Order: sequence, then C-alpha cells, then structure tokens
Amino acid sequence: MSLPDTTRRTILGTVATLAALPTVSRADISEPDAVSGGLGLQNVTLQVNGQQFRVTLEPRVSLLDVLRETIGLTGTKKGCDHGACGACTVHVDGRRIVSCLTLAARCKSKKIVTIEGLSNGGDLHPVQAAFLHHDGFQCGYCTPGQIMSAVALIQEGHASSADEIREWMSGNICRCGAYPNIVAAVQDASGNVTEGG
Amino acid sequence: MGGAKYAAEFELPDMAHAVLVQSTIAAGKILGFDLIAAKAMPGVLVIITPDNAEKLHNLKPAQQKVTYPLLQNADIKFNGQHVAVVVADTFERATAAAAAVRVHYRATKAVTTMDQAFSESVTPKNFSNGRAKPDSQIGETSPILPSGTLRVEQIYTTPIEHHNPMEPHATIAHWSGEQLTVWTATQGISGAQKALSSLFGLKPQNVTVICPYVGGGFGSKGNTWPPAVLAAMATRQVNRPVKLVVTREQMFTSNGYRPRTVQRIKLAANPDGRLLSVRHDVKTQTSMPEVGEFAEPSALITRMLYSAPSIGTSHRLVQVNHGLPTYMRGPGESSGAFAIESAMDEMAAALKIDPIDFRLRNYAERDPTADLPFASKALRECYAQGAAAFGWEKRNPAPRSMRDGHMLVGMGMATSSYPTNRMPASASVHLTADGSALVRSGTQDIGTGTYTTLAQVAADELGLPLGKVRTQLGDSRLPPAPVSGGSMTSASVVPAVQAAAQGVKAQLFALAISHGGFQWQSVSPDVLTLIDSAVDGPAGRIGIGQLFTLAKIKQLNATAGAQPAPDANDYSKHAFGAQFVEVRVDPDLGIVRVSRWVGAFDCGRVLNAKTARSQLIGGIIYGMGMALFEETRIDRNTGRITNANISDYLVAVNADVPEIETIIVDSIDPISNPLGTKGIGELPMVGAAPAIANAVYHATGTRIRDLPIRIEQLLA
Ligand code: FES
Ligand code: FES
Repeated sequence: MSLPDTTRRTILGTVATLAALPTVSRADISEPDAVSGGLGLQNVTLQVNGQQFRVTLEPRVSLLDVLRETIGLTGTKKGCDHGACGACTVHVDGRRIVSCLTLAARCKSKKIVTIEGLSNGGDLHPVQAAFLHHDGFQCGYCTPGQIMSAVALIQEGHASSADEIREWMSGNICRCGAYPNIVAAVQDASGNVTEGG
Repeated sequence: MGGAKYAAEFELPDMAHAVLVQSTIAAGKILGFDLIAAKAMPGVLVIITPDNAEKLHNLKPAQQKVTYPLLQNADIKFNGQHVAVVVADTFERATAAAAAVRVHYRATKAVTTMDQAFSESVTPKNFSNGRAKPDSQIGETSPILPSGTLRVEQIYTTPIEHHNPMEPHATIAHWSGEQLTVWTATQGISGAQKALSSLFGLKPQNVTVICPYVGGGFGSKGNTWPPAVLAAMATRQVNRPVKLVVTREQMFTSNGYRPRTVQRIKLAANPDGRLLSVRHDVKTQTSMPEVGEFAEPSALITRMLYSAPSIGTSHRLVQVNHGLPTYMRGPGESSGAFAIESAMDEMAAALKIDPIDFRLRNYAERDPTADLPFASKALRECYAQGAAAFGWEKRNPAPRSMRDGHMLVGMGMATSSYPTNRMPASASVHLTADGSALVRSGTQDIGTGTYTTLAQVAADELGLPLGKVRTQLGDSRLPPAPVSGGSMTSASVVPAVQAAAQGVKAQLFALAISHGGFQWQSVSPDVLTLIDSAVDGPAGRIGIGQLFTLAKIKQLNATAGAQPAPDANDYSKHAFGAQFVEVRVDPDLGIVRVSRWVGAFDCGRVLNAKTARSQLIGGIIYGMGMALFEETRIDRNTGRITNANISDYLVAVNADVPEIETIIVDSIDPISNPLGTKGIGELPMVGAAPAIANAVYHATGTRIRDLPIRIEQLLA
C-alpha cells in the first residue's frame, strides 16, 4: 500500500488529472436482484464533466452517491445528506444544486459539472486559485461545495459586494470558520471570472 | 494518483456498506430482534446484533478511549445507542434494511436531563485524565470579608453542544489474512491502533490505521468511537472491506459532545477593584458509568486567570442517560470562560470600573493556584493592542447608551487563555541525492496545516526549497506521534522533525568532512551550514548530489524523538488573548448581530502566519456559534435529541460573520518547547462567547447567563 504524498492543497490542484477519467460502465449491483423490492435497476447514462458514464442503479440512488460511490468522483462531499450544508453542491445544466437531494436517475441527458470538471486542462479555475491565495479553507471538506457555489453566484451576478457574497454563500456551511477568507476569495475571483469561465 | 482523500473515499474492490441501527429508548434492555423482513431484503449480507456480535477483549469502561457497550450486551443506556449494524452490498440497500430492523425493548426509568438528578452529583473518578484534581483551594475557603465588599454570585449555564465537523465520521475496515487495515477519520491514529488491537485481541503491528486527511474534528475524532470498532467487527464477519459512514443525525449520538454545564461563580472585591475571593463550582453532565466518564473541566481556567487571596473550585458530575461527552474545542476553558468572564464583567459594572482596568488590577503575575511562574505571559500587551485596534476608548460605559440609528450598539471584551500542551512525538527525515527530502510522522492534519508546517521546518533546517520537501502523515506505520488535540501538534511534532532533520544534517557534514577532499578534513562541523542544497564552509561548497556521489550513497535517513523538557513542570504554561466585540441589537426584535471583532493573542511564536490567522478566525467563529446559536435539545420524555441535524442545530454561517481583525502580539515562550510556540487551535474560541454576552449587556442592559443568547431572553 503506498502512502499518499499530497498536501491538502491538492484538493484544488489535482482536479485536472481526474478530469481525464475514462468512460466507465460499472454495475455495482448484481443482476439477479434487479427486480426485487420493487426497485428495478435502471441503466442510466450520465454526462459528468463532459464525459459519458453508463451506470446501473436503483432509482432511489442520489446523484451524490453515484458520483462518489459508483463513478469514483469523490471531490463532491457528503456533509449531511439532507440539503442543509452545501458540501455536495454541483452544477446541473448550469444551475447549482445540492446533489444529495437529487436523484441520479433524473439527471439523464443533463450536463453535470463537479469540482473535478472545473479546471481547464492543468490550470486552476480562477475561483480555485483565489481560494488557495486567500486560504479560504482549513480542513478542506466544505471547499468543493463552496467553490461550486462561488462559481455559480459570480456568474449569476450575486458577488457585487462583501455583504451580498456573505448572504449568497450562506448555504455552504464551513465549520472550520473560513468565512472571511472565503468572502475575500470570492471578491477577488469575481473580478476575473467571465461568463462560462 | 494524487488527490486529498478522506477516510470514506478510498476505493477497495468488493466493498460492502454498513449502516447503524440506534436505540429508540433511553434506558432498559433489548428483549429481542425481529430481523426476518430486514434479512430478506436485497443485498443484505449480515445483521450484527448483541446476539451474534464478536466478543471483544480488554473492555475497560472507566477509560475514556473507547465507549461502550459496542453490542456486547443487551443493556440500553441512552437513546441513540448502537444496537445493530446492517451490512449490505450497497449503501442504499443497507440503509433500507436498517430501517426494517425491529427491536423489542423493555424500557426502564431514565434520567434524560441533568436537572432530574441534579442533587445526586458524584465526584469525577478520572478528572482531566489524572492531570488535575477535581477540587482546588488556595487561601481561606470562606474568608471573612470587610464591610463595603462587593459581591457577585450568579449561576451561568452552557448547553449540550455538538462538534459537527463537516466530514462525518467514517471508517473503511478491511480484514485480510491476520491484518486489519482501517481508514478512519481520526485525530489520533496511534490511539486508534491501540484501541482496535486491544479490543480485537490483535498485535498492534497487525492493525494499520490510515488517515491522511480529516475533515474537521474539534475533539469529536479524538477517541476511537463505536462506529470505527463496529466497522472493524463487520469486516471480520463478512470477509470483505466494509465502509461505515455515520449519518449526520447519528453524529449526535455516536461521537461525543460538550456536556451541559451549570456553573456557580462567587466573586468578592473591595471597592478599589481588588478581588478578595473567587469561587467557581461546576456541575456538568456525564453518561451512565457503564458507558464511560468524562468531566468538562470548566473551572481550571479560574485557578490561574486572576490573582486573589482566596480561590476555590470544584467539579461534580451528574449521570444522565446520554452518550459519553468528550473534548470539544477549548474543552473546559470555553465553557468556564463564559462563566468567569461574564462574572468579571458583572463585577466591573458593579464597581463602576472599566472591564479592562478591573482585570489589570487583578492581573496574575504568577499562577496563583499552582504557585508557579508563567513560562511566558503577554496578556497586558493583548489588552493594550486589542483595545487600541478596536477603539475601546470610544465606549461609553453606561449600558444602553450607544446607538447607531435605531440599533443598540454594545461593546464587550473578555480574556482568553488555554494551556500550552506538549507530548512526546517522533519523526523521520529521508534525504535523496536529488536534494529532495521526505518528512514522515504518524501525526495527522485536521485542517491546521500540519503538512505545510512540517515541510517548512525541515526545509529551513536542511537549507532546501520548500518545493523539494514532501510530508507523509496519517499512517500508523510511520514514527508515532500524539493525538491532534489540545493544540499541541506543532509543539510536539515540530521538535521531532527538527531533531530528525538535524540528524540528517550532521550526517551530511560528516560526509563533507570525510569525502570532501583534503581541504575539508580539518574543518569542524560547527562552522558548516546547509544553504541552497549544498554544504557550505570555509573549504568551499559541495552540493548534496555531489556529496552523495562522492560517498557512494543514495540516501540519508534519521529518525528522532522529542519530548517535553523535564523542567517544563516548574512553570505554568499558557497562551493568552483578549477579545473585543461590537454587537448591534434590534431593540424591538431582540436580534443580535456581531458587527466587529478584534482578537489579540499571545500564542507564542507563529510558524505560519497565514494558517495561524485562519485558525484564530475559525476559533472566534466557533465561539460566535457557542454564544448565539448552538444548543442540542433533548426531549425529556424519550431522551431523544430533537434537533439532530445541521439545519436545526444552528452553527454560524457566512452571513453571521463580520470582518475579524486578529493581532498576534510579540511573544516567545522559551520554556514550553524549543520553538517557542504556545498552541493556537483552542485559544481563540475561549473568551469569544463571554465577550459577546458582555457586549449584549452593554447594548441592552440585559445580562444573559444562559447560552445560547436568544431573542426571547432579550425581549423578556
Ligand atoms: S450533503 Fe448535500 S447539502 Fe449537505
Ligand atoms: S474548511 Fe473545514 S469545513 Fe470548511
């Protein structure tokens, strides 16, 4: 077993390598159980970060759990599984949503973007770079959700002042209390982010 | 492949998923299970209950490291106790089957809140792990006080609070061959290795604990809590890797909490503002003894904070049918400071003396109870610099005297203090010919920047660019280090890394002298330095790579341990601070908003200014939560937590937090550890809540003695 050799700061930095994941077809569930319990398995193709993933899943599976457990994109975090913390924020068809309250099966033919799909090639997204620069995180667990929210609110035009950022970022809990640095990062990045950036 | 992976994110083939089932009564016995429906559900592999659970070894309920009953018997001691574990091939299937488990109980009478057994308190058996006594007294217990003495006697309470780190507790356990490998979210991998090997009767070397990243702990990941043990039990039963992620709701009953405290403070002072006597008597809740014991040491801070001829403290426990409480950020000091620092403010108001002035008149030049000098103390500078930056002189001392339009404005302050801790630790440093180094230590990074700090220390010592130093943490196979708690990781581990780096450096110098050639032979190692990846001295420079070639070696290693200096016990070791807060209170609605904050801290030498500031801010915000929002509510009838989720258990969000200015006053502690650091994780949390309560009093004239501060208290 090899020891991990990264620092926490690579939460923001390694996303580019993940974006190169091949298309996978994985069935975590054995076929014979397919129809028992009234929860027939479905084959669903999800488009995540511009790639197609064919997954076999029960209709009750959340988008968050498919991303983390089936596709292996663990950058999106589970903090509550109840829509209360924002750690699981991803973009679906350009809108930020909490993926723990979204059924994966309803995301067929929608464009899903996760933290792993944010950076362009090897370059950090400006919001990621700003979080690094302003130390907008400590344990890093809330950070992918914070960044996905920040990217969206800048695009929506809700980052015009520190107060507006505080208000619009309040759906993302950071128990480490990185809020002032998060606000600084979003303010900083909002000058650099263009539509679709 | 890189990527910061948290415990639940490691991929193992054929992973099964475990989900906990919790008791729905607070006290009694399990009569039996009805598992027919659950077992028939798709994908279910096994359901572990006390009937078929593996019998564990070395069960010692008195010790705090592990809590019980771990499915070892049918007794129920609290609502939310784990009664079964369902293992299935997917998370959804395990969750569905867990909901189908039926448990039959015989309920007995439970003590569901502290007040139901308030008079039946007991003395803690293992107070502060034996490092302090539950009671203390200097001077007369009840000194005779002259006429004209002013008195403040009040009861202050703090509620049950939950740590709620954003990463839920999670464990992946894999039993294969004779080897148990556990990826778990913990603040202490060595403690987890010890606990698991002991419980399962395994040799420590047969248990590997891995935890490269922790998504916040705040004390809740210090012990090895039941879910990690039950995940290990499950993998031994199903012979495949098992992932057990505690749900947010289960986090409220699975891994400790700060217990409720009821604290009586009695202060007496003469009209000149000198304290004549101080008493701080604490009652706090603990679990039933079969589950374990924990005492929140709230009065420890009162033993050393101010000077007075008579200082007495006590701690008593009330046993309640709840899970085991545990350390939570600023354990003892946070809750205790709320009581003593609120009372100090009340006394200052009674004396009509400025709160800072009153504190300065009773400034402790040495620790009054321990009767020892402080290793270092720059609290005066904290008061002065904090007050200046805040604009304290603009404060009109009369309550309800300051307004901004319709809003009442209040300014409050309080003192912070937290002990400087240190434990033995070890580390190794590994240098290769390309001039890159690897630092390894069995500590863990809980969000405090340990990876960066340790790399920085080794880079400085070895004269290498920071980019050439990597750090490996979070694996029990690495040189052992203590739990990341009590703000002591830097103080403990950095000296070990320094020592190991110095070991490598000494070897490099010896090589330069022996292999550098003729002109190096007479050089003393004392005059050599390591700069820019080369040994530098009177005989010239030799690059590390060149030296390795000359000596025909590929690498250099050194492992070193470091421990507290023996004379460290001759001093009282603490970090200090002063918190200044401005609040705005809506006089009609009672809504409190924190509008400004200045915190000035004496936290010794700072290794990394950026991450230090982040920790200071984070602690202050945690304190805002304590003051204004956080409270775990219990249903008296069932003993069940009624707000076991992160939307009804309120924590501070972005919109609650104003700009925060932190000041680090110049101070180096030469005694507590060779670096001069004093710990930074807990300190900023201490004093934050009373500073807010004192500001709310100043704004409104209403003194709030029960946290959290609520609108209804201000409208009453
Ligand atoms: S995990 Fe989805 S909001 Fe918390
Ligand atoms: S960085 Fe730890 S929760 Fe936000």
